[in-house]
Amino acid sequence: MSTLLEVSGVSVSFDGFKAINNLSFSIGPAELRAIIGPNGAGKTTFMDIVTGKTRPDEGAVLWGETSQSLLRMNESQIARAGIGRKFQRPTVFEDQTVYDNLAMALKKDRAPWSVLFFRPAAEDAARIEELAEEIGLADELHRKSGELSHGQKQWLEIGMLLAQEPRLLLVDEPAAGMTLAEREHTTDLLKEAAKTRAVVVVEHDMEFVRRLDCRVTVLHEGSVLAEGSLDHVTKNQDVIDVYLGR
Amino acid sequence: MTRSFFARNPSVLIFIAVLAVFTLAVTLASEATGTGALSTSFVKTLGKTLCLCLVAIAMDLIWGYAGILSLGHMAFFGLGGYMIGMWLMYARTEAIVATSMANAQIPPTDQEIVDAIGTQIFGVVGSSDFPPIWIFADSLALQLMLVVLVPGLLALVFGWLAFRSRVTGVYLSILTQAMTLALSLYLFQNDSGLRGNNGLSGLQNLPGANNIPQADISLWFFWASAFALGVGYLLAAWIVSGKFGSVIRGIRDDEARVRFLGYSVEGYKLFVFTITAIIAAIAGALYYPQAGIINPAEIAPIASIYLAVWVAIGGRGRLYGAVIGAAFVSLLSTMFTGGQVPSVPLGFYTIDWVDWWQVLLGLSFVLVTLFAPKGIGGLVDLVTGRRPPDRHGADLGPDKGSLQEREAEQ
Ligand SMILES: Nc1ncnc2c1ncn2[C@@H]1O[C@H](COP(=O)(O)OP(=O)(O)O)[C@@H](O)[C@H]1O
Ligand SMILES: [Mg+2]
Repeated sequence: MSTLLEVSGVSVSFDGFKAINNLSFSIGPAELRAIIGPNGAGKTTFMDIVTGKTRPDEGAVLWGETSQSLLRMNESQIARAGIGRKFQRPTVFEDQTVYDNLAMALKKDRAPWSVLFFRPAAEDAARIEELAEEIGLADELHRKSGELSHGQKQWLEIGMLLAQEPRLLLVDEPAAGMTLAEREHTTDLLKEAAKTRAVVVVEHDMEFVRRLDCRVTVLHEGSVLAEGSLDHVTKNQDVIDVYLGR
Repeated sequence: MTRSFFARNPSVLIFIAVLAVFTLAVTLASEATGTGALSTSFVKTLGKTLCLCLVAIAMDLIWGYAGILSLGHMAFFGLGGYMIGMWLMYARTEAIVATSMANAQIPPTDQEIVDAIGTQIFGVVGSSDFPPIWIFADSLALQLMLVVLVPGLLALVFGWLAFRSRVTGVYLSILTQAMTLALSLYLFQNDSGLRGNNGLSGLQNLPGANNIPQADISLWFFWASAFALGVGYLLAAWIVSGKFGSVIRGIRDDEARVRFLGYSVEGYKLFVFTITAIIAAIAGALYYPQAGIINPAEIAPIASIYLAVWVAIGGRGRLYGAVIGAAFVSLLSTMFTGGQVPSVPLGFYTIDWVDWWQVLLGLSFVLVTLFAPKGIGGLVDLVTGRRPPDRHGADLGPDKGSLQEREAEQ
């Protein structure tokens, strides 16, 4: 199996506290993966490292067929290379419409000069409508995204991720604050997306992870504790001790 | 979504129409072409005010839209003035020197003429040699290019250094203040090559236009300023109306998020910083020939702070707000500091507005910031029924520079 992202031996510490400790992780080009772990396990920090927000003290992060090092690239270059990220807190541009949010995310030339002269073509508008349909916001296209409900904002952010057409999606706690029906819709979206690309989902909620029905990586104190199917890892004694047993 | 630019931005048409009517009215009331109801010096004041409106638009682009509180844009305004001032001063002195030397027994050589011009211009700073930076001063075309190039390059280099190291917020504001302070201190020196604290003067006299009355010249500059303001407004409205505007407003509200979308935030900031510096420089190049004199005090740090105050009072994040703020405050300021407003005798103390205007302005700034963050432009919302979204008091983004709920539109 070829790998899309290969993280090996990565460590990072904040003021002497090792948030990530010799962590290794890899994912293939069309794979769905869940990362679980107690609060403070380093799940968000792991995403920060992959997306260039945090520089690790040691280790390597390699990307794509050519094994390009992501550590030499900044956040926007990594995003353009094909890694999209959804934050724990929904972060959409609240003062702008749903349409504008999606339009900004749409995969297009990102250089200032071409953005300045960019005017949406019919196919761009069609693509935005299609995405809005997918995330259930077709009727809200021209509303300011600040007015959306919490769950709708989460979806808008997922829609923006899909609009970027990334090869790897990193999704941090997408189901937080969602109703049961919204959670189901979210799992469907993620499973659908994972058919054509790699998707990494960080989640607390076991029910949600079970519904994703995928390989699970358990993080604890900054390194991998166990990996395998959900049933496999929940039988693991270490996992039970540190996480499930409590 | 395919509606025309003007349909999407009705305020642009209204603005252009108001500007056209205003220009026509001033023309009809001027001494040169109309009834003479407006004195030539007042036409100059109005022309200068239009230039200030233009630089306020630049400020609104960088601060109101991109969220970068630059407190140094008047440096670019002043540099634009210096660049055009060099040609004005050189060419006019040349004309004077040539006339006076024409009567000499032996016709002067070119070098003698240049030396004489140098003595005339730099006598006040005890020198007569042309500093190297005056090398293009005899060419209007080249100096006009420098109006754009010098401030543009300064902004490009300064912005590159600042944005590349991700200096933001208050630190960036302080850095821009330091830039304008350093530039003004440098220009205060006699050997800076720009006549130290004397600055450049006599700029109201166009070379070769000795027989044309100031009434006419003032009106020409007024027209040029109105035209520049109109074009500047259109350009700014076009920049902010499309996806580019979306991205820079995104940077204002949450720049980290924009980065993760794949946009090079630093590149966008640099672009906006430089383009607004150029707009400011053009405004300055039109302003100082109407003011007649420029000296380093014009680019003291306080000038850029005033600029921010105008935009805040007019309403940031909307272009007409910036224009209204600049026009309103600078005209009031002219009235108050020009002694046109009668003093208020309180018996024990007399409020002399020449002294108290600054206090009044400072106070209004504080009041506007606290109680009417949308500024004067917010009054328009009462008419159009634009209401803020109900966000229970939360700002519209996690960054310090993000729009406040009360400023945003629904
Ligand atoms: N920028 C930072 N500075 C200091 N400590 C941090 C920083 N980011 C994360 N941490 C610490 O690293 C640990 C892992 O955090 P995080 O990755 O957010 O955990 P998770 O997302 O798994 O709950 C936590 O103990 C947190 O306090
Ligand atoms: Mg987290």
